Amino acid sequence: MILDVPELSLVALVGISGSGKSTFARARFKPTQVLSSDYFRGLVADDENDQSASGDAFDVLHYVAGKRLAAGRLTVVDATNLQSHARAGLVKVAREHDVLPVAIVLDVPESVAWERTEAREDRTFGRQVLTRMHRDLRRSLNQLAKEGFRKIHVLRGVDEIAAAEIRYEKLFNDRKDEHGPFDIVGDIHGCRAELEALLTKLGWALIRDERDRPVDAVHPEGRKAVFVGDLVDRGPDSPGVLRLVMGMVAAGNAICVPGNHEQKLARKLNGRNVQLTHGLPETLEQLEAEDPAFVAEVRTFIDGLVSHYVLDDGKLVVAHAGLKEAYHGRASGRVRSFALYGETTGETDEYGLPVRYPWARDYRGSAAVVYGHVPTPQPEWINNTICLDTGCVFGGALTALRWPSREIVAVPAAKEYYAPVRPFAAVAAKPEQGLDIADVIGRRHIDYGYGQTTVPAENAAAALEVMGRFSVDPETLVWLPPTMAPCTSSTVEGYLEHPSSAFADLRSAGVDRVVCEEKHMGSRAVVRVSTSGAGDAIWTRTGRPFFGPELDEPLLARVRAAVTPILAELETDWLLLDAELLPWSAKAGSLIRDHYAGVGAAGRSALPAALSVLERVAGRGLDVGTLRDRLELRAAEIDGYSAAYRSYVKPTDGLAGVTLAPFVFLAGAGVSYAKKDHDWHLALADRLVAADPEIFTPTRRMVVDLADPASEAAATEWWLTLTGAGGEGMVVKPWAGLAAVDGKGRLVQPGVKCRGREYLRIIYGPEYTRPEQLDRLRQRNLGRKRSLALREHGLGLAALDRLAEGAPAWRVHELVFAILAAESEPVDPRL
Amino acid sequence: MLLTLTTTHRPATDLGYLLVKHPGKVHSFGVPTGTAYVLYPEADDDRCTAALLLDVDPQLLRAHRDAFELSQYVNDRPYAASSLLSSALAKVFRTALRGVSKDRPELAGSAIPLEIRVPVLRGTPDLVTRLFAPLGWSVTATPIPFEPEIGGDSRYVDLTLTGEVRLADALNHLYVLLPVLDDGKHYWVAPDEIEKLLRSGEGWLAAHPEKVLIARRYLAHRRSLATTALQLLEADQPVTEEEAELPVARRAPLAEQRRDAVVAALTEVGAARVLDLGCGGGALLAALVKNRAFTEIVGADVATRSLDQAARKLKIERLGDRVRLIQTALTYRDDRLRGFDAAVLMEVIEHVDLPRLPALESAVFGHAKPRAVIVTTPNVEYNVHYEGLTGMRHSDHRFEWTRAEFAGWASRTADEYGYTVTIRGVGEHDEVTGAPTQLALFRTQEVSA
Repeated sequence: MILDVPELSLVALVGISGSGKSTFARARFKPTQVLSSDYFRGLVADDENDQSASGDAFDVLHYVAGKRLAAGRLTVVDATNLQSHARAGLVKVAREHDVLPVAIVLDVPESVAWERTEAREDRTFGRQVLTRMHRDLRRSLNQLAKEGFRKIHVLRGVDEIAAAEIRYEKLFNDRKDEHGPFDIVGDIHGCRAELEALLTKLGWALIRDERDRPVDAVHPEGRKAVFVGDLVDRGPDSPGVLRLVMGMVAAGNAICVPGNHEQKLARKLNGRNVQLTHGLPETLEQLEAEDPAFVAEVRTFIDGLVSHYVLDDGKLVVAHAGLKEAYHGRASGRVRSFALYGETTGETDEYGLPVRYPWARDYRGSAAVVYGHVPTPQPEWINNTICLDTGCVFGGALTALRWPSREIVAVPAAKEYYAPVRPFAAVAAKPEQGLDIADVIGRRHIDYGYGQTTVPAENAAAALEVMGRFSVDPETLVWLPPTMAPCTSSTVEGYLEHPSSAFADLRSAGVDRVVCEEKHMGSRAVVRVSTSGAGDAIWTRTGRPFFGPELDEPLLARVRAAVTPILAELETDWLLLDAELLPWSAKAGSLIRDHYAGVGAAGRSALPAALSVLERVAGRGLDVGTLRDRLELRAAEIDGYSAAYRSYVKPTDGLAGVTLAPFVFLAGAGVSYAKKDHDWHLALADRLVAADPEIFTPTRRMVVDLADPASEAAATEWWLTLTGAGGEGMVVKPWAGLAAVDGKGRLVQPGVKCRGREYLRIIYGPEYTRPEQLDRLRQRNLGRKRSLALREHGLGLAALDRLAEGAPAWRVHELVFAILAAESEPVDPRL
Repeated sequence: MLLTLTTTHRPATDLGYLLVKHPGKVHSFGVPTGTAYVLYPEADDDRCTAALLLDVDPQLLRAHRDAFELSQYVNDRPYAASSLLSSALAKVFRTALRGVSKDRPELAGSAIPLEIRVPVLRGTPDLVTRLFAPLGWSVTATPIPFEPEIGGDSRYVDLTLTGEVRLADALNHLYVLLPVLDDGKHYWVAPDEIEKLLRSGEGWLAAHPEKVLIARRYLAHRRSLATTALQLLEADQPVTEEEAELPVARRAPLAEQRRDAVVAALTEVGAARVLDLGCGGGALLAALVKNRAFTEIVGADVATRSLDQAARKLKIERLGDRVRLIQTALTYRDDRLRGFDAAVLMEVIEHVDLPRLPALESAVFGHAKPRAVIVTTPNVEYNVHYEGLTGMRHSDHRFEWTRAEFAGWASRTADEYGYTVTIRGVGEHDEVTGAPTQLALFRTQEVSA
């Protein structure tokens, strides 16, 4: 005997003790698919036969079953399931997850069951228990259907049980093996002429009957049409539309899901009492003129429609009113109802129409959901969902989406066939603005394409605080600069960081050509400028506005002016720049005064005072030699330290004296420039400098061939000169650009920094160059910093990719947020 | 770091007896943060100077610090006088601090002419003077300037004190006031510090006009310790945390009046399920908890530190399901905030950048959509009454509105989201400027109709 079981269902085995349920399940299902009440009793009570633990055991069993069903896994419950309250619990779990409950009844003679029971040492109950169970079983048999079991298989006798085989059946809505390509057509509402025009425009050949009525259509490339429902009502020729669509579906050239209008029409045709509103009377009138046989076909056709389909390996879902992710591929009354009508909030708007729950706004699924139902002026992707109802019958257009190319094709309506209740254009198709906190808080796992990361809840909390209190508009904040690791500690005498280590690091990452860029000592700045100026902003490495609108605005205006010719050339209306804002004191003035210069001032006063005391003590003939030497060394060190920070302090007055050194052009409209090499980026930067030398500072650089020692030596010499003149140091980047990968295709560090010997005094303290201190600092651990830098870099690249794809704001924001959260990791800030 | 003590008492070299350190020697002592030296740059009958020089070993210092603090390597500890120096002083001059001397017992009990110099000390001339002058010192405090490229004065002074003071008193003054000025103790301040403070402050602290500041700073701003210390000194209660940034006179009552006004507005709209958005340390939540009419209370804040503080203040574990605390940012929409009777934004909006305010409006009025919203914010017109207030009332305020600006915002927001709004003042009303706080009560139109 073959037992048909839907691929996703909750299977309840029903049978008395000793009927062989566990043996049956073991032979036919995976052990993990079977939840046995005995096992759960054991879990909660250490005794599989402790009936007093049944309540708790079933609680846990139901919980596990729920988790499995939510994840879309077939689940079999091995329990006697002889009493209706026990089965009701299972039906409830199945319904909660919109899967079908299935019962398989194992009916063996009581004598066989008794024999088996007696053979088992752990079963101690008497025959009368079995008799009672058997009586319950008899009573159960005709209740199962009423209780909600959608499939009931009854196996009678030992032989039939042994011979039974499970055959999995697909759900009606499972058409994952259909790959199209599809032409998905929005709400037609009886607009047959527009449908013909649209299909023709899409390249379909219409097939007509003897009365020249279209009854089918074929596409030369073998495309398949998908109709999102609402074929009928309001428009001039609902029967004509039905005839064509029914023909296409019957011929296998189309798939169709029902709309609420078909649903209502079918109810009417089935003799139910329905309100004759919303264009139904027109349809009925038109059908009057048709052959009754055709009307009967319509009835059968609509009754046979499945409320939604999952297509193309699960990448595409079609339902009339859309479908939330939890309902994809599920079957239940509420799934059907959602697919037909959507979910409403229970409120009505000023036109008396129901206010719809904005499910698309909260949609986070990976499958694209294509639907109709609510007329919208323009089809627009919202979180990977799109509504194709462009109100053809209201004088709008009939729209199709080509899949997988996602191309939109539409034909305008010949006229307004029906006046809308609510002005068509007044429909707010846009979802509520802004970002949802649920997309960023808590512990989150993110697969960003270049890797995966888990954001710990506490880091997310810290990032939320910064984002919530200080950042520019998070929807503007499409990228944050990743942190950068220093080169491996150098063994060159007197140096903690040295070019030779930086080159060695990149060489070992498989990079053969690098660009050494002067590292500007200022404040990191990300700049977005556009032709219109709308949404332009400049932000810091933690996403904060720079100086405030009174200075940021004029600065952006200067950048915009210089960038304009480049925008035209790159055919984009906006650009995102990575830059350093100089001088350091412009933004970090108070940090310099309160911290760095304060230490300098204190040291430069304290040490001479102490030395003068020692001088006089020595003058009295006392020996203070080594102490004096130590303090003299310190005095020299504090002078070196003071000189180091002082060289990054320049007077500024408002914007006067402030400059930007751009070095990477990150992205423009619909494009990420991560694959461009650094020559490209720097050449563009040079053009900005040429355009406005006052506001832009050039980035000095040198391209180095890592296979050529002479090339390296020249760069080392260059670095020594640069840092000798007070420069911070350099950044050594793979010449190929941001998206540079190693031999195995993995991202490499976008750059390593190599900071100057004097500069590092303001990081590691005035006295860090003492040999014993250098030795200790060389032991610094770079592993964490490097992995953090690479992760942030990957997240940033992914954010640029998603931005280029036109992904919804939250998809970009979750990555940028993750970068900010990563900055809460405990990593030595001096690296 | 360095301090010098000079006397012109004759014979001046008696200073060596009082300090129990022979002027003819170089004395050195190991201390936990380095080496302390006592040296005499001059020592004759007319004039004798003892110098206490602490050579800080940054490596020893680092052992005390958080490994991820940037200031671990670059800091002023080796140069500025601080608790490091006062600890060294206590160790090296232990006997002299107690006011006893085996060799010169009488002298130890008498005031002598003293000149003390601390060449680098955190502090402003004003504060230094306020601390030392009441103790009988004549104070010269010269700010230490930055280099000309940077310009202006650093936060350090070069301090000279002169006066006729008992040496032990002078040392006790320094022992207490150096760390008070430095305001950054290098060690964990435990309750036994109270005892040290009271012992060293004996005879002068109780009458010191700055005793509150001294106690707080000495006890590293641990409020409970400072309160205990001040009670022991029979002092008044210190003012509350919230408004510590404002000039003193009228504020403890204002915070209370504001809370009362908010609770009254909540009662007026009959709210039972209440959101306190931007609850901070839980001052309003504490008031809400006391009122049984509020059956469900949710405090939300963006700062986890504030939420922890609120949890402690409310002893939240005792309150069961009635009170919950959640982290949220009001510039995001948050489903957890939906379905409440009322939301309170008490002194919150002024902490949001103006361009971000529409996001807050959308999240609160558009998405969370409580039946009533109560917003309070400062009335900037009233600021003229705060003597000495320059700029805004709090350093994190992004704006402060006039009554007209607030009313304009409130009515625009009400219109956009379908609320009606009424505005009232909170606190002492002034004819010209109005009340210090303004409160807007928004109600959804259905409710108010």
